[in-house]
Amino acid sequence: MKRLAWPAGILAALLLVNLIFTDHFFQIEIKDGHLYGSLIDIFRFGAPLILVALGMTLVIATKGIDLSVGSVVAIAGAMACLQISTLPSQDSIGGVLGAIGIALGLAVALGIGNGFLVAIVGIQPIIATLILMVAGRGLAQLITDGQIITINSAPYKLVGGGYWLTLPFGIIIVAVVLALIAFVTRRLALGLLIESVGGNAEASRLSGIRARGLLIVVYAFCALCAGIAGLMISSNVSSADGNNAGLWIELDAILAVVIGGTSLAGGRFSLGGTVLGALIIQTLTTTIYSIGVPPETTLLFKALVVTIVCLLQSPAFRAKVFRSRRKPAPPTVPAGEKVTVRT
Amino acid sequence: MAEAILRMTGIGKEFPGVRALDGVDFRLLPGEVHALMGENGAGKSTLIKVLTGVYSIDSGEIELAGERVAFTGPLEAQKAGISTVYQEVNLCPNLSVAENVFIGREPRRFGRIRWREMRRRAADLLTRLDLAIDVAKPLSHYSLAIQQMVAIARAIDVDARVLILDEPTSSLDAGEVAQLFRVMRRLKEQGIAILFVSHFLDQIYEIADRMTILRNGRLVGEYVTAELPQVELVGKMIGRELAELERLDDRPPARTSDTLVEAAELGGRVAPFSLTIREGEVVGLAGLLGSGRTEIARLLFGADHAATGTLRIGGDQVTLRTPRAAMARGVAFCSENRREEGLIPELTVRENLILALQARRGWSRPVPRKKQDELVAKYIKALNIRPDNPEMLIRNLSGGNQQKVLLARWLILEPRLLILDEPTRGIDVGAKAEIQKLVVELSDGGMAVLFISAELDEVLRLSHKVAVLRDRRLVAELPNDDTLTTDVLMETIASGGAK
Repeated sequence: MKRLAWPAGILAALLLVNLIFTDHFFQIEIKDGHLYGSLIDIFRFGAPLILVALGMTLVIATKGIDLSVGSVVAIAGAMACLQISTLPSQDSIGGVLGAIGIALGLAVALGIGNGFLVAIVGIQPIIATLILMVAGRGLAQLITDGQIITINSAPYKLVGGGYWLTLPFGIIIVAVVLALIAFVTRRLALGLLIESVGGNAEASRLSGIRARGLLIVVYAFCALCAGIAGLMISSNVSSADGNNAGLWIELDAILAVVIGGTSLAGGRFSLGGTVLGALIIQTLTTTIYSIGVPPETTLLFKALVVTIVCLLQSPAFRAKVFRSRRKPAPPTVPAGEKVTVRT
Repeated sequence: MAEAILRMTGIGKEFPGVRALDGVDFRLLPGEVHALMGENGAGKSTLIKVLTGVYSIDSGEIELAGERVAFTGPLEAQKAGISTVYQEVNLCPNLSVAENVFIGREPRRFGRIRWREMRRRAADLLTRLDLAIDVAKPLSHYSLAIQQMVAIARAIDVDARVLILDEPTSSLDAGEVAQLFRVMRRLKEQGIAILFVSHFLDQIYEIADRMTILRNGRLVGEYVTAELPQVELVGKMIGRELAELERLDDRPPARTSDTLVEAAELGGRVAPFSLTIREGEVVGLAGLLGSGRTEIARLLFGADHAATGTLRIGGDQVTLRTPRAAMARGVAFCSENRREEGLIPELTVRENLILALQARRGWSRPVPRKKQDELVAKYIKALNIRPDNPEMLIRNLSGGNQQKVLLARWLILEPRLLILDEPTRGIDVGAKAEIQKLVVELSDGGMAVLFISAELDEVLRLSHKVAVLRDRRLVAELPNDDTLTTDVLMETIASGGAK
């Protein structure tokens, strides 16, 4: 777990910064049977990003990348809202479940398409998923007919904005998905096979691994995660915006994976690291609002912090910094003398 | 005797938990070819890396032409005249030959690269090595052997005084080795000191003037090649007698067991061939590099698709579309290309070892951890894999030990036919003997083995029969009886089987 020490430390440091600007930042209280507090908010608003980043982690572990997740977020939200808006009663639970099923089914189908292009046709992942990244926005707008679909459905509102057992529903979804991935990859053998294909695809094939099927499953799963995230986002605002829902989330997700310690070169992956990475990004966003960075410099500020975080994560960079600090040290302590601790 | 161009005294180097070099002395005279000998893990690579500035030394000193030096990186060593060509060609396959020769020091004028000048000088250099190739073509266009020559051309252009060749011959065939040796002799005449590492003893005796032997990070001694018989050399390298190797010299009697594999006019990237392999039989494939040995192996393993002919395994006619299908029929294939077709470098020894077994079981039925640990412990012990830490990343093991892990990956499956493509290439004498012994044991246990090796005496020692290949065609199938010798094999290869 030493690998997770740096992202965890960075997250803790970011949270502490907030304490300076916001009193009671760590306070969690129960109001109307719901948990409230800044920490809960970070989890709640970070839930879609965590989901997308988890799917992305598996894709990146296979030495791939999925740029289309933002578009899938928009498509899934649009599809669900469109279905719900045509229901006779928007509060019908069966109807909402049906709409969710159709939306997620569409997301999985799109993911299988990505996997097909990568595994069977042999297109480089960045290009293969770029197709859907661009075309998908168009598809989302086709679904919404270029409008923003607004709905008023209590069951659907639960997905992104509701509570269950005092917890925001989104957090529960993330916990379930995370537990599922962790089980399938670490308790079962899927993780080893994914890391093997990402580490050396040809050697894996010659060891009898069905790499093609594996890739398709991984891309489909990544799209499913993005689809769920899309439902959360659209549910939270009770509307579907084909243009802006999930915009740039693929970049945040990739960033979260990298901050979490999974290499873009494929192979070893860390689910815990990704969750920490996504939380770091969400905390950063919260921090920007709470310390009142002027809106026009927000992106610049974010970029700066992310750069520092990435540098701190890099063992090569740390080695360099620590070495250059240590080098001038020896002459100050003459050889053979006892070192006294200076205070 | 001339003054040494390079002198290393009392070199010590320690890695966490390992004393890689312990007070090693080494000297190199101008105009000599000096072989550095030792098993895997003896400290050869570490000594070379210390010399070229890849590692810093913990103790001792290095003198180059009488001056004390301490390189902080390979570039610095290169500027001082120490150039290295590594076993695995470290060039850019996508760039042209000329660009590869001059990368990082292109001839320039006003900051612009002078392409024509660069190509002309590259062609000149390669002509010096008797190599007439188009320097504008990408490097990947040429064979590994030629890529190696290009690497040497690159090394000697940097006004080298010391040239280090780390296993340059492991992927070359006999003709290419001869060409390399011609080049080495010419460089020697020009006064360049050459440090040569190779696992092929015959090559050492052909080209090296003197040798230094290391064992377990310590210096065993420095010898004049002509004065040290081969048997003594091997004894000094592995520190034990060769009785084990000698015992293997009895020829195995022919097998009369049931037929396991029957290929009839099977063809693809090789001309259609027919071959039968019996249960418990070791069939040797002999032939030069590129003669189609690996292609036959890949056809039998389903890694390539057959274009013609039929294949029967265990009596059933089969069409192998994937390696997975071949594995289901009990075929295992240990590739000659460890780095690209074998290792998963980021994974541990344990994970690499159980990979094929796990692949066969699928993702939903993991090998229980306890069972994994048992299997891994068993094979680490049986194959003497070192270090015996199953949680170490496989990329940190030496080549011989990586090979043993890959071998174990297939042995776990208990295959009926084990295809070994150059299993002993680039590994030390001790490990080689262990693998040869293992092949004999497996075949005694009823496993059929297709054994591919460039070393003919190894093929002869192990095989019940030998199939000879030439120019991607199976030209002869010879029973291994008293009349079959390496000379006969070489003649068959040379004549293409024509009587």
